[in-house]
Amino acid sequence: MSGLLSEELLSTIGRRAAPRREIVTRRDIRKYAVATGNRQRKYLDGDEAPPMFHVPLFWDVVELAQLTPDGVSIDSLLPKFPLEKAMAGGLNIEYHKSVYPGDWLTSTRTLTDIYEKKGRSGSLIFYEVVMDIVDDDGDLVIREKTTRILR
Amino acid sequence: MTVNAERFAGLRVGEQLSGREYTPDNVQLMLYNAALWNGHRIHFDEPYAKNVEGYPGLVIAGPMLGDWLHQCVEEWLGEDGHIFSIDYSNRVATYIGDVLTAGGEIAALRPETREVEIDVYIKNQSGDVVTPGKIVVRLADAG
Repeated sequence: MSGLLSEELLSTIGRRAAPRREIVTRRDIRKYAVATGNRQRKYLDGDEAPPMFHVPLFWDVVELAQLTPDGVSIDSLLPKFPLEKAMAGGLNIEYHKSVYPGDWLTSTRTLTDIYEKKGRSGSLIFYEVVMDIVDDDGDLVIREKTTRILR
Repeated sequence: MTVNAERFAGLRVGEQLSGREYTPDNVQLMLYNAALWNGHRIHFDEPYAKNVEGYPGLVIAGPMLGDWLHQCVEEWLGEDGHIFSIDYSNRVATYIGDVLTAGGEIAALRPETREVEIDVYIKNQSGDVVTPGKIVVRLADAG
């Protein structure tokens, strides 16, 4: 086996980022609903958060010096992979509870898997990150699993 | 029967969702990335996107297409239920100037849980599916 994945790399599976707690505001919901072209009044007025509102709510906020020259923040949850060219990935999201202005939500991201597959033009590395979002009662609100492919 | 049980009973596999056309421009793309706090240059710096990254234009942010898949289903669903889950992937890049169409079709019905499985997509003006997905909705029990 000429695998790309070292023991050291695989040992990062299970790594967890520090939880982040954010508050949902009517103004942020409205901005997101307008920007996405949403047509439903309850979202445009900010009475309830639309699906995927967790994307802006938990997007990483870093200082300017921490951005790469192309304007991207580096994901410190991820190890350095031997392949770096990102291909299309996939997203799976489960919605367990509705989200309203005033809700405090806490997200925790975990690197849940790293594996290798042989593609037509060589090896591919897949990795999965799960983000669990809970409310202040500890109830699961949203679970998002991102799968990314590197070549 | 409750209203939602009646609606569920009237659904058929193969039924098309009406869908919607999107023509995102620079302003919408800027506002979207500002709402996220996403500073990636490929979404707003056209010389960078073209000359450094080799794209034909400014790249539409992938999660916005994911959002449109949700909108397509929620507009069809109204207040009769909610989206329980989605699986989707951004397969083909899209650019400012593209004409993008969101749509869907009922793929399966699960009466025991009153769930509807819907194949959803975003297509570009060439008819290519750029963002395929699957959404599961649950029709709520009224009252």
